[in-house]
Amino acid sequence: MAQVSMTVNGKAVSGEVEGRTLLVEFLRTGLGLTGTHVGCDTSQCGACVVHIDGESVKACTVFAAAADGAEITTIEGMANADGTLSVLQQAFQDHHGLQCGFCTPGMVMSAADLLKTNPSPTEHEIRDWLEGNICRCTGYHNIVKAIQAAAATMSGQAQAAE
Amino acid sequence: MPKDHGIGASSKRREDIRFLTGKGQYTDDINRPGQLYCHFLRSDVAHGRIAKLDTAAAAAMPGVVAIHTAQDLAAVGGVPCGWQVTDKNGEAMKEPKHPILAEGKVRHVGDPVAAILAESLEQAQDAAEAIELEIEELPAVVDMKAALSGESLVHDDVPGNLCFDWEFVQENKDAVAEAIAGAAHVTRLELVNNRLVANPMEPRAAIGEYDAARDEHTLWTTSQNPHVIRLLMGAFVLSIPEHKLRVVAPDVGGGFGSKIYHYAEEAYVTWAAKAVGRPVKWTASRSEAFLSDAQGRDHVTTIELALDAEHNFVALRCHTLANMGAYLSTFAPCIPTWLHGTLLAGNYRTPLIFTNVQAIFTNTVPVDAYRGAGRPEATFQLERVIDKAARELGLDPAELRRKNFIPPDAFPYQTPVAVQYDTGNYGATLDKALEMADAAGFAARKAESAARGKLRGFGLASYIEACGIAPSSLVGALGARAGLYEAATVRVNPTGSISVFTGSHSHGQGHETTFAQVVADMLGCDEGQVDIVHGDTNRVPFGMGTYGSRSLAVGGSAIVKSVEKIVAKAKKIAAHLLEAAEGDIQFADGQFTVAGTDNALGWGDVCLAAYVPHKYPIEELEPGLEETSFYDPANFTYPAGAYVCEVEVDPETGRVEVQNFVAADDFGNVVNPMIVEGQVHGGLAQGLGQALLENAVYDAEGQLASASYMDYAMPRAADFPSFAVDHSCVTPCTHNPLGVKGCGEAGAIGSPPALVNAVIDALSEHGVSHIDMPLTPTRVWEAIQAAKA
Ligand code: FES
Ligand code: FES
Repeated sequence: MAQVSMTVNGKAVSGEVEGRTLLVEFLRTGLGLTGTHVGCDTSQCGACVVHIDGESVKACTVFAAAADGAEITTIEGMANADGTLSVLQQAFQDHHGLQCGFCTPGMVMSAADLLKTNPSPTEHEIRDWLEGNICRCTGYHNIVKAIQAAAATMSGQAQAAE
Repeated sequence: MPKDHGIGASSKRREDIRFLTGKGQYTDDINRPGQLYCHFLRSDVAHGRIAKLDTAAAAAMPGVVAIHTAQDLAAVGGVPCGWQVTDKNGEAMKEPKHPILAEGKVRHVGDPVAAILAESLEQAQDAAEAIELEIEELPAVVDMKAALSGESLVHDDVPGNLCFDWEFVQENKDAVAEAIAGAAHVTRLELVNNRLVANPMEPRAAIGEYDAARDEHTLWTTSQNPHVIRLLMGAFVLSIPEHKLRVVAPDVGGGFGSKIYHYAEEAYVTWAAKAVGRPVKWTASRSEAFLSDAQGRDHVTTIELALDAEHNFVALRCHTLANMGAYLSTFAPCIPTWLHGTLLAGNYRTPLIFTNVQAIFTNTVPVDAYRGAGRPEATFQLERVIDKAARELGLDPAELRRKNFIPPDAFPYQTPVAVQYDTGNYGATLDKALEMADAAGFAARKAESAARGKLRGFGLASYIEACGIAPSSLVGALGARAGLYEAATVRVNPTGSISVFTGSHSHGQGHETTFAQVVADMLGCDEGQVDIVHGDTNRVPFGMGTYGSRSLAVGGSAIVKSVEKIVAKAKKIAAHLLEAAEGDIQFADGQFTVAGTDNALGWGDVCLAAYVPHKYPIEELEPGLEETSFYDPANFTYPAGAYVCEVEVDPETGRVEVQNFVAADDFGNVVNPMIVEGQVHGGLAQGLGQALLENAVYDAEGQLASASYMDYAMPRAADFPSFAVDHSCVTPCTHNPLGVKGCGEAGAIGSPPALVNAVIDALSEHGVSHIDMPLTPTRVWEAIQAAKA
């Protein structure tokens, strides 16, 4: 057992983990943050995507011990400070980008990272970026629409702020 | 103008808030105090006798609390089957026992042999490795044709591995043979409907808990129908009466059929929680899901379509081998029979139809309903053989279909395969689809592709499905061991808010929003005033759950019936309060008025009076405002439509690219267009996934070769373009109050033949007439090479 400390959604946390404990298990079981999901055991589905130091990472590919000292953001940390949905989350609701909701946390976390690096992606770029996120419900159609809409809203907001 | 609330509005989904903020509560998110973790030791061979099973060393490992094998479960029943098919000789199907843990023999890779309970999952997994299990391997039964030889038997008491041999319509057998012998043209096709793994993104999970002081069991499970699980598990497996067994299916991350069935793991954790006196939790890994979730399709079919000289369809004959896997899953026997044979008329006037289905046991994971269930198999063979006939006869595939469509004035239409279609207009959806797909511009696009060395193809398919499952008396006569009605309680609370308890279960369909729209529309209130409760046998009076596109058509109708009773009672209360005759009370927009006067009462006044009955017709009416209804449909519903797929094939690599996909559906009336379109998108991706990518492949030893996302090609975002969908062609269902038909499965039913027809169209100049799904680059390239040779 080893002691790990990290910042999760802005809060300092720590806990005891085994060497083999994955970050996703530590978040779900250790911290009770069950918004991050486990959909596979081969690092293929992306249901577990979180941000580690600002970048999207599959939390099933990282040992909890390896995230010692990191800044982690999970889906629970994505809403606005007042609890309302962020632009990206709101776009998923507005455009019906989710059905059962199981892939959704990973989709939102992946998409947020995409929009940070590419603020106005084409449909093609969005579809390519989501290569590591599987959704069985939506056929991706409305996920793509939601991300495009979020990009448009965010760039409108950015322009308004200039 | 689109509506902004109620029926017809694209209301945003209320459930999204919790899913988008990580606050959904799926089964694996639940942890019970003192819970143990369960891990199953599963067979790694497909077929064999258990020669040695010694758990002593494993039981002594750290953290291990108990290890159970079949011996411990001697008093427990097997997993039951919910449907009995009668074979061509009038005999019941063979129904071998499906034990909770393997008894003496293992019958598929993944068959559970022992269950380990430990303080942590890792400890349970470690202990599994210390169990001494020796299996004497037997020859694996994998290929269905070979299975019939009976050289190796999956179940020692099932000769030839034949579960049943079914004929339908038996009386037509000779007439069909005669019509085919004398027809001007007969088109024949042999095809495979490839086996699929449903793969909802949430793996199955189950938690059992037992309260000894109250003698009460609770099971949390990833189910599409918690009441059905309570019934099957309580009555047939564990002998627990309903009032002592609560089944909760909280948020469920997709099902697509695979979470309908009662599974051994659910029964085990429920039993074990009592046996060890602590809650027991099990969550499948994805690898386990591949080896234990019921799989779908897997038919091998020969189909013959006979046409007269004027190109009228005169007879259809099919023979199908249907894989049941190693054991009969809950609905397995009805899929290749009553959900398949009865759809072979499709959208057409074919007067004579005969099919023979042989259901086979193999050493593979059980097979049961997967999105569409039987109807995709029927549609695929029919739409493929029609396309082939058109090609053989040099006809336009659209025209051949149109010529044989059941005309819009022929409804209600009695098919020769038992079902009666209530409404439809198949030409309208075909016209719409061809227009949306710009059929007229195809020649120019094909030329442009050809200039780049690519082959372009245009494919279409019509489909019909039987949804709104199902009239109980009908399915009872066909072998169902349950009724297929739905139940709903509508409770109006004292201050006028409304709680609806529905037996339908939402695992992505958005019922919490759609059902609230229906109720709000009927009561003239805000959708926000209506709460939808589902998924808990202790809160919902009864239910048959969600599958077969039945939730709105059957579950929604039960809600409508209850709301109608509420309104009727509320009018009586209003009449009393307004001192008017009941017949003069009108209810609209949430107001009770007396006809011809301006006397009015608000909804809230009447609701309050029902619970504070100071001024109340107490001699005639009980206080309170709550009604329960059971709705049993008079018929199936028959959604139908036409799909067009346009592809480009690279002849150098065999790669197929979907360029455009158009779906024109007739779902009857639509409550929430946004949700309906989302259902179609999802169905299309699954259907196109089947046609292009997905395949559950077993090797000769019965090992599932595509048992992870590395090998089983799940559709990803870059595999398809955006879809064009339309549901403006509407012929409302005539026998349910909302006039709705159901939309959940259509996409998965109509899209595989549309895609395959498009690829065959593209390759027709090379003389390719059929390729079995999935149309991977290898298969397409090989077909081109074979045709060239
Ligand atoms: S759980 Fe599937 S990629 Fe992490
Ligand atoms: S919404 Fe269900 S898997 Fe994506």
